[in-house]
Amino acid sequence: MKLNVNSDIALTHLLTRKKQTLIAAMGVTVGIGIFIFMISLVVGFNRYSDEALFKAAPHLRIYKDDILSQPLIPQSNSGYTAVIVNPKITNLSNALINPEKIMADLIKQEDVVTVAPQVSVNLFYNNGTSQINGIASGVNILEANAMFNIQSTMLAGDVRNLVATPNGILIGVGIAKKLNIQLHDNINVTSSVGVVKVMKVEGIFKTSNSNIDLTKSYVNLAVSQQLLHQSSSYVTDILVNIKDPNEAPVFSKRLKTLTIYKVEDWQAANEQTMSSKKTRGVMFGAISLAILLVAAFGIYNIINMTIKEKLNDIAILKATGFSGKDVINIFIKETLIMGFIGTLIGLLLAAGLIKVVSGIYIGGDREYFPIGFELSIFIAGAIIGMLVTLGAGYIPALNAAKIDPIEIFRK
Amino acid sequence: MMEKQVILKTNRIAKYFYEPVKFKALNDISFEVFESEFVTMIGKSGCGKSTLLYILSTMDTAYEGELFIAGQKITGQKQDQLAAIRNQNIGFVFQFHYLLPEFSCLKNVMIPALKLGKYSYEEVEEQAYQKLELLGIKDQALKPAAKLSGGQQQRVAIARALINSPKIIMCDEPTGNLDSKNTEIVLETFQQLSKEFGQTIIAVTHDNDFASKSDRNIEMGDGKIINHDKKI
Repeated sequence: MKLNVNSDIALTHLLTRKKQTLIAAMGVTVGIGIFIFMISLVVGFNRYSDEALFKAAPHLRIYKDDILSQPLIPQSNSGYTAVIVNPKITNLSNALINPEKIMADLIKQEDVVTVAPQVSVNLFYNNGTSQINGIASGVNILEANAMFNIQSTMLAGDVRNLVATPNGILIGVGIAKKLNIQLHDNINVTSSVGVVKVMKVEGIFKTSNSNIDLTKSYVNLAVSQQLLHQSSSYVTDILVNIKDPNEAPVFSKRLKTLTIYKVEDWQAANEQTMSSKKTRGVMFGAISLAILLVAAFGIYNIINMTIKEKLNDIAILKATGFSGKDVINIFIKETLIMGFIGTLIGLLLAAGLIKVVSGIYIGGDREYFPIGFELSIFIAGAIIGMLVTLGAGYIPALNAAKIDPIEIFRK
Repeated sequence: MMEKQVILKTNRIAKYFYEPVKFKALNDISFEVFESEFVTMIGKSGCGKSTLLYILSTMDTAYEGELFIAGQKITGQKQDQLAAIRNQNIGFVFQFHYLLPEFSCLKNVMIPALKLGKYSYEEVEEQAYQKLELLGIKDQALKPAAKLSGGQQQRVAIARALINSPKIIMCDEPTGNLDSKNTEIVLETFQQLSKEFGQTIIAVTHDNDFASKSDRNIEMGDGKIINHDKKI
């Protein structure tokens, strides 16, 4: 062996006490394994809940916000405050003006994947005497499918049939059950402005949200405009999907300069989801960090014990010309080797745990447990593992460097 | 006879202990040791011999006065520099051998030379075998240090002290734990080292027989040198 002398000493120390080395490494293994597993769990679950969310909501939605009445005469003197008693919402219509122009501008933007117009219609679904109120989305079904992947939620029928059937409708499974309607049956709808239409059920879908299943339906854009007595240029919302959904807030800021209408990102529209996501992250992060800390104490303990047992050796090394830096170097190397072994096995442990858990059947539309291999988490776990062990070894190594050989020799 | 070169020199060294009460352990120590001289320091227990040796060894830096080794001022140097000076210029032999128990005898001898880094691993190995042969324990080279007898361990420790061909070898009761046969071997080795290899040996000892065979005895008492060349 032609190792550097410090490495040689470190390695000999470790090899002559294999059991302790292994126990210390195992501490790191468990710490890192559980850490990566937990974080993967959170990331997997977050992705799953985002996916569920994006089946019903776009990344960004552009619509006309309600405007409150303003004073007729603009306030010229800052000394006075203009007061309007009982202000009213002044919107005459929710329609966006010149939606084609807005959409054409949007699609030119970098990173925009899909842009789709939508008309929301409040309506009643009727069958015989039973009646449910809900919301129909008037869409170009192929664009909407590209955005929400509606096809993946279909229990019966096919979204493409809506293209061929102008008066077709896709309804949620809750509506179908309550009204006792099957595929290809007819259903009566009555809009909020009193238009009645007979629609043909071309599909039944089931999302992970039963409330949506009980209210939502998809119809062709033209039908929705007819239901509201509006012309073919009537559009209430423009839905936008972008490449990275996490960039949506940045995007919404950028788009605000492009249009006078309200641009709402999905994070703002789903504050509750976002806050529970944050809670999960903090909770799991804290638990796994605590486990890592325990592992670090294990390393600290073993290195400390080694140093206590090796006081004589440290003294003789110092007497024969090893400096304090060399002593630190030796014990840091020991720590790093233990940390490296532990981390390596920890990565394998995490991979094994993820593999096992990803095979657990949970039912629902996801079927299997939402967890996956994330390279970035493994890399982060490995780096954190090495840093934690480094810290745990550095403190006792520093103390070892301060040992005064004379005190040892005098005993 | 050639004029003798001074290898180690102290100038009015004083040392205090503060626990449990302030106590002056060394007082106004000034002396010189010459090249290839075999010097023993004798005196009653607690007279400050060992304390002085640790100051000479550069390990203890909390003292007053000045220390010179091979013309270089040691007092005031940084710890890392002192470590390097020890590594190259000073070899140690202690009363309790202090070998590294996990390593073979050979490795124990090699470690200071590997630290010095002047020669390649193979050269160091070769030199270590030579030193072990000099002390007559070459056949034990590959055994773990802990498996040897006390006398053999002490000889390994001497071999380790010699590996970097230091100018000075310092010993604290080198024969304190040895039987007469091993004491004889150690003594002969020291005489050989000073005569043939020109190395300086400074040994603290209680053993008057051992002291009587050295070139010069420095007698200490109550923290002072009371005789620079005591005849025994």
